[in-house]
Amino acid sequence: MLTLEQIKEKIKAGLPGAEVEILDPRKDGVHIKVIVTFAGFEGKPLLQQHRMVYQTLKEELKEKVHALGIETKVRYDG
Amino acid sequence: MDEDIRNRIETMIKSNKIFLFMKGTPEEPQCGFSFRVVKILKEIGAEFSSFDVLSDMKIREGVKEYSDWPTIPQLYINGEFVGGCDIAEQLFASGELQRML
Repeated sequence: MLTLEQIKEKIKAGLPGAEVEILDPRKDGVHIKVIVTFAGFEGKPLLQQHRMVYQTLKEELKEKVHALGIETKVRYDG
Repeated sequence: MDEDIRNRIETMIKSNKIFLFMKGTPEEPQCGFSFRVVKILKEIGAEFSSFDVLSDMKIREGVKEYSDWPTIPQLYINGEFVGGCDIAEQLFASGELQRML
């Protein structure tokens, strides 16, 4: 199972320039929440934004990370 | 995914304006995320149909492929995939979910 740091790196690798914050409220490494701020979300529906995050974790999601909470924010450059 | 599963999923989605694939039933959700979506729909007072994916592994995996979304619960409105728990909550908070119903 990936560590929080690895998940963060995978998202950032998949969404270049994104800021990623990871929360583990229950300290169980399973019910984790990621907050992703990314300029590339601009103009995209919420569902697609979340899909973009899931795409970066495609393999990992097959087994454990069913409890991944996602929040996406658009970062407006300039 | 074989045609039979795809047809069953599509029939279910079209059987009601709001359709929720969840773990457990609205009366007895078996997962926190499913519970939270049911709670939102009840708060809005929206009538909906649901299917307990724990009762059928083929549907449980098939619906993930159908919507290209890796987790359950999955909320559908007017035959369209809307999202899982996070999105339902974000749409509810912004009032957009209510507008969709």
